[in-house]
Order: sequence, then structure tokens, then C-alpha cells
Amino acid sequence: MTKTRDKQKLADQALRLRRHVVEMVYQAGSGHPGGALGMAEVFVSLYPAGELKIRPEEPKWDDRDRFVLSKGHICPGYYAALAIAGYFSEDLLPTFRKLGSPLQGHPCMLKGTGIDVSSGSLGQGLSVANGMAIAAKLDGKSYRVYVMLGDGEVQEGQVWEAAMSSTHYKLDNVCAILDSNGLQIDGKVSEIMGVAPLAGKWEAFGWNVIEIDGNDFDQIFDAFDRARATKGKPTIIIARTIKGKGVSFMENACEWHGKAPNEEQYRQAMSDLGVHATV
Amino acid sequence: MAEKAATRQAYGKTLAEVGELHPEIVVLDADLSKSTMTVDFLKKFPDRFFNMGIAESDMVDTAAGLATCGKIPFASTFAIFGSRAWEQIRNTVCRANLNVNLCFTHAGISVGEDGASAQANEDMAIMRVLPNMRVICPCDSFETAGAVRYMAEHPDGPYYLRLGRAKVVDVLTEDYRFELGKGTALCDGGDVTIIACGSLVQQSMAAAEELAAEGIQARVITMPAIKPIDEDLILAAAAETKGIVTAEEHQVIGGLGSAVAEVLARKHPAPMKFIGMQDTFGESGTPDELFDKYGLSAPHIAEAATDLLG
Ligand SMILES: Cc1ncc(C[n+]2csc(CCOP(=O)(O)OP(=O)(O)O)c2C)c(N)n1
Ligand SMILES: [Mg+2]
Repeated sequence: MTKTRDKQKLADQALRLRRHVVEMVYQAGSGHPGGALGMAEVFVSLYPAGELKIRPEEPKWDDRDRFVLSKGHICPGYYAALAIAGYFSEDLLPTFRKLGSPLQGHPCMLKGTGIDVSSGSLGQGLSVANGMAIAAKLDGKSYRVYVMLGDGEVQEGQVWEAAMSSTHYKLDNVCAILDSNGLQIDGKVSEIMGVAPLAGKWEAFGWNVIEIDGNDFDQIFDAFDRARATKGKPTIIIARTIKGKGVSFMENACEWHGKAPNEEQYRQAMSDLGVHATV
Repeated sequence: MAEKAATRQAYGKTLAEVGELHPEIVVLDADLSKSTMTVDFLKKFPDRFFNMGIAESDMVDTAAGLATCGKIPFASTFAIFGSRAWEQIRNTVCRANLNVNLCFTHAGISVGEDGASAQANEDMAIMRVLPNMRVICPCDSFETAGAVRYMAEHPDGPYYLRLGRAKVVDVLTEDYRFELGKGTALCDGGDVTIIACGSLVQQSMAAAEELAAEGIQARVITMPAIKPIDEDLILAAAAETKGIVTAEEHQVIGGLGSAVAEVLARKHPAPMKFIGMQDTFGESGTPDELFDKYGLSAPHIAEAATDLLG
């Protein structure tokens, strides 16, 4: 895919992705809107805006960059990004979570097009990404592996097992994006099980750490560029985001982690996103 | 006297051999390579060997990532420690039907002196229940080598290969060819059938000799694949003999005995006895002492067969 840096186009795509997320979760009557809305800019950067070297018309292209959605619950945003990038029609999105749909409640590589690996159980994606990155090195291929983690997710011990492996094997083809939205299911990350200092922990594990505002396209692209230029060690982009961003009542609201809006809330959400919804 | 070697030794040796034929093979271990015998592969192919440290969950998922990119990963540790990665095996490996070869050693009570914390007597049950997973528990060097070659040549989904620490006698021969889902009748009796896997095949052969001395002709079947299991061989045994004793170095809940019972219950109900760990943990001791104490040795198998015949 060719890279898009047109500001208006990027903003339009992020908005379109957010509308899809709300629509999908509303139609499904369940799902996880909060984290998906917060990651809209990152999803757009990776997929339609072309940070990932991919061929949507050839989803299993050997040399493609890989993407692992370790925090699989925010797949509404992922599926919308795949559709906007052209892997499948946007008309498919409303089948999310319905019987027979390729768009499962959590990503399934055997059903959905463009999904490099299944996920849904937290804490595993960085290990998988390392395996992909090792395979690239063994085969002398230049593809990169991107993996998206949550700030609650890093409470899982396996993340740190994997963090060690990435540096031990000098996997500079791994780029992790940590969605630092400060929230998990039961409350604030700092109150449930503090993970601070995040940057310090990853630095201590030997990673190149870049901290950005994860809802700002310029900062996202700049971070990806710096990650690509970093040799000898993996990079983690700690992206501060607003969970639920774009929908007034979902922003920074813990209860919108994994819940569908009712009809009234749906109208409100869509109008926040500039659409006058007709139900 | 037949050769004596642990199945883990045959595993290491064969892995190093198939590594030559299949450049996609990569091997992962979790700081136990000298015991799981993946060290044999490491010596030959250091660039294709990845020690993941004492991090079994990370090892399993890294293997999964390698599999998505066309590699043929073999991942080894002790069965008890690999078992902690069950949910990784379920969700990341099996759910996506990824070709990850989990070859866990030191299974069963014959681990011996290390005691109960190291004796995995539940691994076949937790692996067998997983959709897409194939479960193999070979009895000797020939079955092990055959299974490893088969796995290398059929990279079509997840396998669990269950290997032992202790030396066992070879009961098969050089010309043996492993086929997934096929057991082998080692001797052909018409009175009672003993179906066994792993180290208890050797015990079952000894039991058959004891029975023969009493005039009872036992058919002994080695059943390396617990899943998919050889239904035809089981049904023929149920039809042609008066009952079936299963023998495994594993809990009687969920392993070989259960798998055989499921086949019989559906297609040909027959009297059964279950030799195995009777819903209990082991302890320290030599393998032979433990086999005696926990009812897994030849005399116990022979006694179960006699009881069955009434
Ligand atoms: C291993 C595991 N444990 C628990 C869950 C249930 N769960 C789903 S999302 C979530 C919170 C994740 O928090 P975070 O990583 O911060 O993601 P965010 O909620 O911010 O999107 C939990 C506990 C899970 N999916 N996997
Ligand atoms: Mg969070």
C-alpha cells in the first residue's frame, strides 16, 4: 500500500473507523468499544495509511509485514481498519459477532481475511510476534512485525518473558505499540495493579522506548519511522490514548470497556461522531 | 535382550536426523535441552535452535508465531512444566490449528526420585481434550523415531508427543513404520486384551508372559496414538477376546483408558479394567518401586486381566 499523509484524509478515515466501531458494537449488542475508539489513529496509520507493507488483494503475501492484535478484544477497530484498507467490504462489518461471520468476537485467523494470527487471551501476542520475527531473520526477509498491547495486559507475566526474548534475540524487526489509556476492566490500571513506570520497565528490558500521544497522527508516523531506523533492539511505542475517544460519554469511562450502547446512547454516540443516526 | 533407551533419547537423535531433511524445522527449549535431548539438534543446527529460558508460555507462543510463517517448530520441556502453557496451547496453537510440535519429556511417574511435583500424570488428558490436537505416547525407540519422522513429514496441525525419562526395552523392530491412528498387536492372544502405551507396554508384555504361564492367552496392543485412536483394533479386540485391560502411566481419568472406553461405550460395550494412577499424586522413589506401589507393574496388569476373566 502507498503511504497516505494527507491530514484531512487521515482524520476522515479515523472518524469513519470510529463510526464503524460504534455501529458494529451496537448492531452486535455486545463488544468492546472503548479501547477500539482510543486506538483509531493507530489502526488507520497501520492499515489504510500504509505503515504496514501489505497487499490487501493478496492477504497471505509471504513478504508482508505482520500485525498481532495481542489485545484481541478491541477487534472492532481492527476489523474496520482491515475493511477500510480493502481486505473485505465494509458491508461485512455489521455481521460482527453474528453466527457464521468471519468477524468473530475475538480475532480468528482461520475465519477472517487479513488476520495474521488469532488472539483474545491477553499476554500472548508479543511471544507470537517474536516467533514471526525470528522466522523473518532465519529466512533473511525484511518484513516487520507489529504487535499491539494494552496497559492492563502487561500485568500478565508472559509479556515480560517475551520482552526478554525480543531483546535477547535482538529482534529489531519487532515494533510493539502499547495502548496506554490508564484503564482496564475493573478500574484504573494504577489502582488495580500499578504498572508504572512503563517506560522505565521496558528500557530496563533493553527496549528502545518512544512515548507519544497516540491520538496524534504526526507523532504516530514519526514514532514508526524512528522504530524502523532503530537497529539491534526492538522498539516499543508507548501511546497515551483516551479510551473511548470521540464519543463524549465513553471517553475515559471505565464502564465502556466492553458494553454496547442502547438505542439512545447509540444516537448520541453517532451524533458525537457527526452522523445523524436513524434507527 | 532388546536395546534399552529412553524415548527422549530416540527423540533427540531422530530430531537431529529429520533436521537435515527439513530445513524448516526449528527447535525451542526452556532450559532443559540436555534432559529433553534437544541438545542433539542444537549441536548440529545451532542457528535453528532457540533456548527461551525458563519461560514455557513464551516458548509455546513463540513456536506458534514461527508456525504462522512456515517454520516447523518442535518445542520441548518437561511435561509438567509445559502443562502450565495449556491455555496458550488451546487458544493460540489449537484454535488456529497451527503446526506446533510439542514434545514434552519426563512424563509419568517413572520420573522417579524428583517426586510428585515433577511427575506429569495428567498431560494426556488435558491435551486430548483439545480440538485439532493429536496425542502420541510412544513405547520405545522405534515408535518414537517413527512418530518424530511422521510429524516432520506431516506439518498439518498441532501434535503432542509424550516422552519418558527412564530407559525402556525396545519392543518393536527396525522395520516398524509409524502411522498416525494405528496401534500394533505385539502378541496375539484370544482370551483377554491389554492395550497399553508408553512404558507400560513393556510391563504389559511381561504381564502376558505371567498370564501365559497360567494358561491365559493375552493379546497385547501398543497404542501410541491416543488421539486419533485406532478404533478398528480396539473393536476387533473387544469382539475377539473377553475383555480389555488398559495400562498407562497416567491418571485413569482422561487418558488412554478413557479413550478406549469411549470407543467401546459407543460401538461395542465390553468389560474393562483400568491400570493407571488412581486419582492420586505420586512421590519419590525409583521407577520400579513406584510402579509397584501405585499398581502399574506387570503383576498388577496380570491380576487385572485374571479378574476380568472372572
Ligand atoms: C488472559 C486474559 N485474562 C483476562 C481477560 C479478560 N479481559 C479482557 S480485556 C481486559 C482488560 C484489558 O485491559 P487493557 O490491556 O488495559 O486493555 P483496554 O481495556 O485498555 O483496552 C481483561 C481483563 C482476557 N481477555 N485474557
Ligand atoms: Mg488499558
